[in-house]
Amino acid sequence: MISVEGLSVEIGAQPILRDVSFALERGRVLGLVGESGSGKSMTALSIMRLLPRGAHLSGRVALEGRALGALTERQMCDVRGREVAMIFQEPMTALNPVQTIGDQVAETLLVHGVAGRAEALARAKDRLARVGLAPDRFPLSRYPFELSGGQRQRVCIALAVALRPKLLIADEPTTALDVTTQARILSLVTELVAEEGMACLFITHDLGVVAEMADEIAVMQAGRIVERTAPAALPGGLRHPYARSLFAAASHVPARRAATPGAPLLEVKDAVRDYLLPRRRIFGPAPRFRAVDGVSLTVHAGECVALVGESGSGKSTLARAILGLDALQGGAIRLGSAAVSPAMTPALRQRMQVVFQDPYGSFNPRHRVGRLVAEPFHLGGKPADAEARVAEVLEDVGLSASDAHRYPHEFSGGQRQRIAIARALVTRPDLIVLDEAVSALDVSVRARILDLLADLQARHGLAYLFITHDLTVVRAIADRVLVMKGGRIVEEGPTARVFDAPAHAYTRELLDAAPLLPAA
Amino acid sequence: MHDGSPDAKGLARAAAFARLAAMARYLALRFLSLALSLAVASVVIFAVIQGVPGDPAAFMLGLNAAPDTVAALRSELGLEGGLAQRYIAWVGGMATGDFGISYTYRVPVADLVADRLAVSLPLAAYALLLSTALALPAGMLAAARRGGPVDWGIIAATQLGIAVPNFWFAMLLVVLFAITWPVFSAGGFPGWEAGLFAGLKALTLPAVALALPQAAILARVMRSALIETLHADYIRTARAKGLSEAAAIRRHAFRNALIPVLTILGLQFSFLLAGAIIIENVFFLPGLGRLIFQGITARDLIVVQSVTMLLVFAVILVTFLVDLAYAAVDPRLRKRG
Amino acid sequence: MRAPVSLVLGAALTGVFALAALVSLVWTPADVTALAVGERLKPPGTGALLGTDQLGRDMASMLMAGARTSIAVALVAVGIGMGAGVPLGLWAAARRGGLVDEVLMRANDLIFAFPALVIAILITAVFGPSAVNAILAIGIFNIPVFARVTRGAALTVWSAEFILAARCAGKGATRISVEHILPNIANLLVVQGTIQFSLGILAEAGLSYVGLGAQPPTPSWGRMLAEAQTFFYSSPHLAVLPGLAIVLTVLGLNMMGDGLRDLLDPRLQRAVR
Repeated sequence: MISVEGLSVEIGAQPILRDVSFALERGRVLGLVGESGSGKSMTALSIMRLLPRGAHLSGRVALEGRALGALTERQMCDVRGREVAMIFQEPMTALNPVQTIGDQVAETLLVHGVAGRAEALARAKDRLARVGLAPDRFPLSRYPFELSGGQRQRVCIALAVALRPKLLIADEPTTALDVTTQARILSLVTELVAEEGMACLFITHDLGVVAEMADEIAVMQAGRIVERTAPAALPGGLRHPYARSLFAAASHVPARRAATPGAPLLEVKDAVRDYLLPRRRIFGPAPRFRAVDGVSLTVHAGECVALVGESGSGKSTLARAILGLDALQGGAIRLGSAAVSPAMTPALRQRMQVVFQDPYGSFNPRHRVGRLVAEPFHLGGKPADAEARVAEVLEDVGLSASDAHRYPHEFSGGQRQRIAIARALVTRPDLIVLDEAVSALDVSVRARILDLLADLQARHGLAYLFITHDLTVVRAIADRVLVMKGGRIVEEGPTARVFDAPAHAYTRELLDAAPLLPAA
Repeated sequence: MHDGSPDAKGLARAAAFARLAAMARYLALRFLSLALSLAVASVVIFAVIQGVPGDPAAFMLGLNAAPDTVAALRSELGLEGGLAQRYIAWVGGMATGDFGISYTYRVPVADLVADRLAVSLPLAAYALLLSTALALPAGMLAAARRGGPVDWGIIAATQLGIAVPNFWFAMLLVVLFAITWPVFSAGGFPGWEAGLFAGLKALTLPAVALALPQAAILARVMRSALIETLHADYIRTARAKGLSEAAAIRRHAFRNALIPVLTILGLQFSFLLAGAIIIENVFFLPGLGRLIFQGITARDLIVVQSVTMLLVFAVILVTFLVDLAYAAVDPRLRKRG
Repeated sequence: MRAPVSLVLGAALTGVFALAALVSLVWTPADVTALAVGERLKPPGTGALLGTDQLGRDMASMLMAGARTSIAVALVAVGIGMGAGVPLGLWAAARRGGLVDEVLMRANDLIFAFPALVIAILITAVFGPSAVNAILAIGIFNIPVFARVTRGAALTVWSAEFILAARCAGKGATRISVEHILPNIANLLVVQGTIQFSLGILAEAGLSYVGLGAQPPTPSWGRMLAEAQTFFYSSPHLAVLPGLAIVLTVLGLNMMGDGLRDLLDPRLQRAVR
């Protein structure tokens, strides 16, 4: 139905896509996976002919025998939305903020002249209802900002399939969503593909997602498709070494001994954290939102505890309180025998450090690595051997001492995360809080960072509090799991027990929703 | 809803009501902030004027005034009362349209102001209209042809437009269009009694002089706001739906780009006002700007105080109107307030 | 990194006028206070390089000394705006959402309601016209501009993870503001500084033109224009030259600002990365 032959794209002299070919039939899903920069999205934009300015495209894309490359821009506009439709990664920004959802879905019909305004709106209502936005709860007059991320992605799907296109291209449509929302969106897409007899090109970095929903998988590396296989053949059927290493990295479990928990190190007791919301009435009291609602937990010395939850579960708020950045409204946090609060002593702060998610945003871009890593010395005064200790931790995390003279932008994402870990290590803490510390990394990089974390833990006897939404990571590295929802901890237990026999309904939902790779 | 069966109409009505309530709350908040700004501004102006060396009466009459003349003026100005009492009298007077009696003209300031507003207000509106009508299309054109020679030309023209002082530009206009080719008159205002056309004709050169530098700024803002929105994700969504680039700009980018443009338009009003004060002097137009300078020269504090308050009131009012326009453009504001 | 053409051109233009202003401190072709009625209204090239004005003063010297007034007034006004506005903006950002932030920003809005000219009118009405009052009026008007730009940019930096890291290293709001926020918004402040500088030159010209700025005998471009108005048709150089001086200086500063923005744009840097 759609065939792509020898697709190549260059931007300037830089090759982006090299000789990409595939074919796809109605009702089938082709999963295109690869790490960032592998050319997945460019493949999609090439088919849509929406490449950035200055990109040079060659090769042949044919839709039911008609070569799209031969069409004028005006004819291509007719194809887009009517025959080939696309949904994107960021539902929060993919919709026009100042237009109602009804108008935005109806526009697909209006642009192609298939219906007048009244009829277009009526059909928009139908399509929105089909994607799960019932008109009584989500009237056409809603604006995007009144909807959640998952609901917005449903609107995007509704406007993409409004004209029953032959090909639906989905570019990382669930990457920005929580796992339970992701599961619902994925099953919606699967249903629509079957119902409408569309072909679907599904682009993702998540191997679990393609394994679950694709009929065929294509692995991309550096602008080429290096492997094509059926999900049933995973993982043994992979021939290309890169594809094999990619799948191995995704389910990588670092070698580590289960910790023998020492004395309790971090103790959180009945912690309560409220936020003030904007006032509803001018002189009324500001309403409160309880983000953390009576949470208790303990991390023992040398232990790795994972705190799992979806966005809005309160896990990041709790992390900030544990780090002594925000004050609690109730309960207490103790590190060793001392109380944690924004007013705690520098000596206490030294015992607890943190690694954040964003390898790009967690360094002042104007400071050199040496100064960045030494920043926590502010707590205890700069020791005489500060430079030697910076060199030591840099080597500890697999970098070299001379890297201290370079700027953070000279390093890759994975290397930066190593710098962040070095910064956390420099005061020789007992506990490191890892706030989504591997979530932004590609799978192969993630596997190596997890190895590093396991190694450091064994050598320095560190305790980790691993805050994440990613269950694969939890399974790989945590001794114990805490599941958080709506500001409370709903389940707690040893990792293997929680994964094999979840007690709480929410934990089961979370585990069911998580796309899992077939075991190696 | 109450009986458990979803009543779509009822829900829609409730949603519409909630929306109205949110809108009313937004309006109320904006209005409150308008009133507060006015109150503080009036205190500031009052305090500055009361802070003249000596007292206002002695200041207005100069050094050589006879003591009994000063005393007479003091009582006319109501300077015997306490500060708070005088402030309340001033504000209360203004609220009821009584701006006091001009010391030099010997007529109520309200009448003077009303006469002068008949020139200044149409001039500002004329200039605003001209600058918007020129700038928005120019900015859109430049954004649509970004990187090309048309874009480059528009950028160069705006760069120059921003650098030209409006009063100098006004002088050049006079030489060109009143002396070399006498199409317009070099200054003065025949009054609206002479007819709408004659009035507008007299205001044309001043309005052009006022509008062009503002249009240059506005066109640049329009261009960069549009280019910014062109990179937004929802434009990509619109293109994937089948909209051409031009249609995507028209239907999606434009309205979103209007938000920063509105901000600048609001700020520009205050520049227009200030500019008008100067331009009125170039063209000898009997507007508020001339009045305020005549007031300063004659040390007529009553006129200065009231006219400054009026100017500041106008700026604050326009800020309020811009806030309302935001709400019309951006549904998020209507809801959140 | 290659400097944009506009930056080079703008810096050159600005440099010429700044140099003229500096040189005028020690030397001008002729004495600007010396009147020679017999030599009045001479066109450029006849004896005096750029001609003479209605009182027989040398135009080239007047323009050089006028550059000094314009640049000094605008520079000090930018200094006032930055000196008060940047710390206020940093303070508001450090206390974002709090009472201090709210009060500072409302006060800012209020000053915005007083155009520089209105401030000047108020000051002049009370203290009489002078260059100092012009500086004050433009400077006060600059404060909210810098406060707002600083606060907006600082808020973005405050939300970066490296600020959280600094807080975990026990650093307080003041130290973070100086060590992490300020260096990361300095770009923007420099760009805004050149913009306000050019606006200051325009404002000073406007104020002197209506007689609210520098008083005679201090030469100033705006007053030269005001005095030239009646001679415009007969001796156009009197009005054209100071006008061109203003246009070129402002143009130079704006081009420099645009060039700096391109050079320092963090988005461009990200693309390089």
